[in-house]
Amino acid sequence: MALSQADVLAGLAELVNDETGIATDAVQMDKSFTDDLDIDSISMMTIVVNAEDKFGVKIPDEEVKNLITVADAVNFITAAQA
Amino acid sequence: MKSLNQTKTVEFTRIYALGASRGNQVVTNDDIAGPIDSSDEWIRQRTGIITRKRAGSEQSLIDMAVEASKEAIQKSGIKPEEIGTVILATITFPYQTPSGASLLAELVGAHGAAAYDISAACAGYCYGIAQADALVRAGTSKYVLVVGGEKLSDFIDPTDRSISFLLGDGAGAAIVGPSDHPGISQSIWGSDGANWDKVGMTSSILDFKEGKASWPTLVQEGQSVFRWAVWEMAKVAKQALAASGLEASDLSALVTHQANIRIIDEFAKQLELPDTVVVARDIVDTGNTSAASIPLAMHRLLAEGKVKSGGYALEIGFGAGLAFAAQVVELP
Repeated sequence: MALSQADVLAGLAELVNDETGIATDAVQMDKSFTDDLDIDSISMMTIVVNAEDKFGVKIPDEEVKNLITVADAVNFITAAQA
Repeated sequence: MKSLNQTKTVEFTRIYALGASRGNQVVTNDDIAGPIDSSDEWIRQRTGIITRKRAGSEQSLIDMAVEASKEAIQKSGIKPEEIGTVILATITFPYQTPSGASLLAELVGAHGAAAYDISAACAGYCYGIAQADALVRAGTSKYVLVVGGEKLSDFIDPTDRSISFLLGDGAGAAIVGPSDHPGISQSIWGSDGANWDKVGMTSSILDFKEGKASWPTLVQEGQSVFRWAVWEMAKVAKQALAASGLEASDLSALVTHQANIRIIDEFAKQLELPDTVVVARDIVDTGNTSAASIPLAMHRLLAEGKVKSGGYALEIGFGAGLAFAAQVVELP
């Protein structure tokens, strides 16, 4: 069953925390991965691959550059699950 | 009707000895940070590199290849004239033809040996070991000199933020010959031409000749390459280990292409290696030397006493092509 946006956000926040140590409650929908959370491109890709495993979705390389904010990622994963 | 003679095959092969040569100049992060609007801290955090070794204008690719080869030949105990084939894995020999290998063969005393270059970028050394293993076992050559050598600094753009700041120069050499026991496992190798453009040059030399492009330099799509190098290549490494008949706990070392410390660390994590397996991290002060990186890293582990002769190392090269090759070898 597809997860809700809130569930995806919570799961994604755990992955961000695992990779970078950033507190899960700092991972909010309006935050930019690079500008606000200071996540570099390699960590971003690690989070993407782990998100594919966790949520059972495919996130192609060409899509990763469009994931600017946490909301972008949450919306993409939610839609891909549907 | 007469039948043909064919060569008598040899059952097993191993690496007899390694040799190493690095660029003669130490280049710090501060030396190169300016043109990419970066800093020592930024480069260390993203690559693990503190310094890289680069060759000055007076030190050529062939100079480094000769130095590394002479060490390997001397340590192997064979005579250079016994070498039947010389393979130079490189993407930076500055002549389309003739090969660098034929010059190298002459300069190290392997007069008359079959000699050719292979272009498999950062997988080149492991491609060379795969070929050497096959040539010796087929009875084509008794001893093969395999060299991974690069002078990458001739093909970098100081303002490029994708790969240039990672790169160093060097050469690593191996002598492969017959053995009374298995010393090189089945090579797992291949390529992915669908991603031909993920690592390569900014343009062709014809475009440069015709004035349509500037001097071609190295470039990569770092994020895509990172995903491929870790998660796809970890699968290849697991296949190579399975083909060897060993378990991870049987290994003394993991020697990956020294692409980036973040790739090496994540790669080791994916393989779930026990703490007893030493992970080569020569990149920290050598930089990424493409085809040279695996023999340089393995040579260093042996020289520093971190692994012992007779142990097993899983080596895997991956890079432009995209090309990859992995095998388990007995440490010389």
